[in-house]
Amino acid sequence: MNDKAKPGREGFDRRRFMANAAKTACGVGLAGLALGLFARQARSLPAAALRPPGAGPEEDFLGACVRCGLCVRDCPYDTLMLSALGEEVAVGTPYFLAREIPCEMCEDIPCVVACPTGALDPALTEINDARMGLAVLVDQETCLNFLGLRCDVCYRVCPLIDQAITLERQENLRTGKHAMFIPTVHSEHCTGCGKCEKACVLDEAAIKVLPLKLAKGDRGGHYRLGWVEKEKEGGELVPGLIDLPDRLPGGVLP
Amino acid sequence: MTYTPGRQAIANRGWFVANKWLLARRATQLAIIGLFLASPLAGVWILKGNLASSEVLGTLPLTDPFVLLQSLFAGHVAETTAVTGALIVVAFYVLVGGRAFCAWVCPVNILADTAHWARQKMGVRGGARFSRSVRYWLLGLVLGLALMTGTLAWELANPVNLVFRGIVFGLGFAWMAALAVFLLELFVGPRAWCGHLCPHGAFYSLLGAISIARVSAAGRERCDDCMDCHAVCPEPQVITPALKGAGTGHGPVILGPNCTNCGRCIDVCPQDVFRFRTRFHNRDNAAAPAGANTAEKNAREAA
Repeated sequence: MNDKAKPGREGFDRRRFMANAAKTACGVGLAGLALGLFARQARSLPAAALRPPGAGPEEDFLGACVRCGLCVRDCPYDTLMLSALGEEVAVGTPYFLAREIPCEMCEDIPCVVACPTGALDPALTEINDARMGLAVLVDQETCLNFLGLRCDVCYRVCPLIDQAITLERQENLRTGKHAMFIPTVHSEHCTGCGKCEKACVLDEAAIKVLPLKLAKGDRGGHYRLGWVEKEKEGGELVPGLIDLPDRLPGGVLP
Repeated sequence: MTYTPGRQAIANRGWFVANKWLLARRATQLAIIGLFLASPLAGVWILKGNLASSEVLGTLPLTDPFVLLQSLFAGHVAETTAVTGALIVVAFYVLVGGRAFCAWVCPVNILADTAHWARQKMGVRGGARFSRSVRYWLLGLVLGLALMTGTLAWELANPVNLVFRGIVFGLGFAWMAALAVFLLELFVGPRAWCGHLCPHGAFYSLLGAISIARVSAAGRERCDDCMDCHAVCPEPQVITPALKGAGTGHGPVILGPNCTNCGRCIDVCPQDVFRFRTRFHNRDNAAAPAGANTAEKNAREAA
């Protein structure tokens, strides 16, 4: 009797084991799918949220930051916040909003020093090299300087005045006799600290710091600028390749 | 009247002694939260950061090895500060017991224990039954997701860190994560989260496989099968081999990797069977042959 009962029991146990394993795998798989999709969605950073200095591209940052909040604790100006559950920024990661409290660009960069993992790159030792985002004068229709007025506030508050933001003179076509001083951001100097956005006198800032990915175009590595190449070469790249006659209103020059 | 494990122990030794490890655990858990919240004294934070990574007195780094492992799977090799911190934490839990994290540090433990208490008070029975190995599947899933998404995907949902970070840095909707675990433990199944599903605990149980400090059923010959230890233990499967293993040559030390070293069995045992010992005390009365044990029992019965 014992001999007969044994194989039956084993078969039952095997069936139950398989059923349990399948159930577990399905459940875990479903949980994984949900979490994976959620993680994909959570990877997009809202345009207004800026990462602390030294943070790499968003996809790298989200794998490197352990969400400990040490950078937030060491920020002397309460600029940095730690995203709480329910906010649009991936939960537990540090960010700041330029229009609320911009980065004061501490020379010793305490947030980077505090980061234990290197999610904020310790190679960043000169705060002027930080690229938290890029200021963009997004609305020329409301910017007071574009109306020919001398607001200049974004230019004045810029920690890298005359480098990151310059005032470029243009003719005021409305009056026909005045100049316009156009605030112009230069990406090779702008750190994305957000002081310009914070200081903009309009109800809604006309100059905004955007994540680099949104603010910058990318020409692609294959694209060459003829005049730059020419300068590098120190002369014609292909001497005398094309020399078309210059056509002028008065006819062909001799 | 409802069955209350530990009643006999309280009658024998007094309420305070019969709850001392529970009280010590609650005090530790709350003290850790308090120290993370306390404003810096003399300009120095005692504990700064949160459970994922922190700084003690502005110098000593501590990093949760589970979170750092996810980061590694996501493709980031951390700086030495975090790696050092993780090694310190690993060494610490190898010393005091892997899942001592669960019983002595994790904020969810307070919720889960409360839910379990309420479950017993309300007489909630049944519910879904998960295998206790599901947590290892989930641990694999967490690391797999980190590898596939390149982000710390689990940290978007990990109730352990969500709740703790919520308390220390601002709650947001983290109370929903807390409530979810509470309801899961209360209605879905006994110890459903902490004892069956939590991958964070599963990770620490890996350290528990080699950890030094252990609970030992040192006085197991006194056991009168009242089952109070089983009733309070979040992982009762770890007790049996040590408590009832004398006949099969098992030592008295509880070696199951999922023992959380909570010490609740020590508290509630009316016969004072359990003690904190090390894993090296396993031979203490293991060698006693089954015959000797029976002889002893017979002698006691005769007396």
